[in-house]
Amino acid sequence: MIAFRDASVVLGGRTVAGPLRFSVAPGEFVVLLGRSGSGKTTTLRLINALIKPTAGVVEVAGRDTSAWDPVSLRRSIGYVIQEIGLFPHFPVSRNVGIVPELAGWTADRIARRVSDLLELVGLSEAEFAHRYPHELSGGQRQRVGVARALAADPPVLLCDEPFGALDPLTRAELQVEFEALARQLGKTVVFVTHDVGEALRLGDRIVLFDNGSVRFDGDRMAFRTSVDAYVRAFRDSG
Amino acid sequence: MRFIDFFLTNRGEVARLAIEHLALVGVSTGIAIAIGLPVGIALTRRPRLRGPVLGLANVFQTIPSLALFGFLIPLPFLGGIGARTAIIALVVYALLPIIRNTYTGIAGVDPAVRDAAEGMGMTGRQRLWLVELPLAVPTMLAGIRVATVIGVGVATIAAAIGAGGLGVFIFRGVAMVDNAVILAGAVPAAVMALVLDGLLHLLERRLDWRRA
Repeated sequence: MIAFRDASVVLGGRTVAGPLRFSVAPGEFVVLLGRSGSGKTTTLRLINALIKPTAGVVEVAGRDTSAWDPVSLRRSIGYVIQEIGLFPHFPVSRNVGIVPELAGWTADRIARRVSDLLELVGLSEAEFAHRYPHELSGGQRQRVGVARALAADPPVLLCDEPFGALDPLTRAELQVEFEALARQLGKTVVFVTHDVGEALRLGDRIVLFDNGSVRFDGDRMAFRTSVDAYVRAFRDSG
Repeated sequence: MRFIDFFLTNRGEVARLAIEHLALVGVSTGIAIAIGLPVGIALTRRPRLRGPVLGLANVFQTIPSLALFGFLIPLPFLGGIGARTAIIALVVYALLPIIRNTYTGIAGVDPAVRDAAEGMGMTGRQRLWLVELPLAVPTMLAGIRVATVIGVGVATIAAAIGAGGLGVFIFRGVAMVDNAVILAGAVPAAVMALVLDGLLHLLERRLDWRRA
């Protein structure tokens, strides 16, 4: 589904990420784990072409991202970032329906889709559809963010620390629901976090970043039992 | 109260000059908006132009208004005596707050919101119309409001180059050393500034997404 072929990003003479060489299979839930500045967010943003690789190639659905029209590439990928990424001047319903709106769906079809999505993420339509982001709690905002990313039913979801700003209880609740939802819908997920606990709870596979390059890539069992010094240090920090 | 007497006996002329005044401000602010909004938007897309353009607008703003009117008179096509020259000078003054606030309003949009818009697959134009401009509207309107209030003040000087407006009474009163005549121009101009400021402030609040 997604493949990095020796992709790297160099900014101002410094290698921020890469060279990266790994791929993500359809339906896989991959967590990119690492500390701040380790290159995991840069790697994520290579997938929807918000950043272009300095060298190498990133492929989505078998096609080089530089060959894709960036707008249609991004519309085929759901994108969830921290709660502040909601449009503050749109009510919940328009925030959720914006990608279908951009894609030119009819108003009726958008309304039905928004209604289904709000139910899917556990928000009552009657109560929340007309509210604005500042009238929601952090957890509710994040549910709206997930609904918005799912709106046009993209095969791939990219998540950049979506639950980072939430209190621990709300975070745990959303993690469980999000994972169930992603699996039930068969989405390919690439999820960025710096939280080891979150990585172990969510990922089929964990890719650990250190200083721009991949330090570990394997399933969660292998991560738990790895004897690599850096993996151990990271594991014990959580 | 000689001022009241003068005001009432000359109310026809006061009204005529007030309308002239309003027209000078309205036309010049309108033109300044038509130039300033696109320029402000362009600055957010071409950050390199920001310094030179804002700097130039800033320099215009610092030219004393009477001097600016004077400079414009001898210019071919643009200059001469009358309303056209006055409107050009007023546009020059109104540009800075409008350009600057348009730029600031758009540049001040939360980077996460911009990132979400881009990551969601909005084209540059969709991002501008659906996200950046609506969020920048309160700041942009605040700039238009400042430009309008400045315009009402500066337009009183337009009478010096024969453009009419309430400045006519002020200059006449100064020449006659008669406060009642000065006030017949100054008081309506001040009221006009306050009323326009209030109306634009109301509009600003109506269009503010934070109050939606």
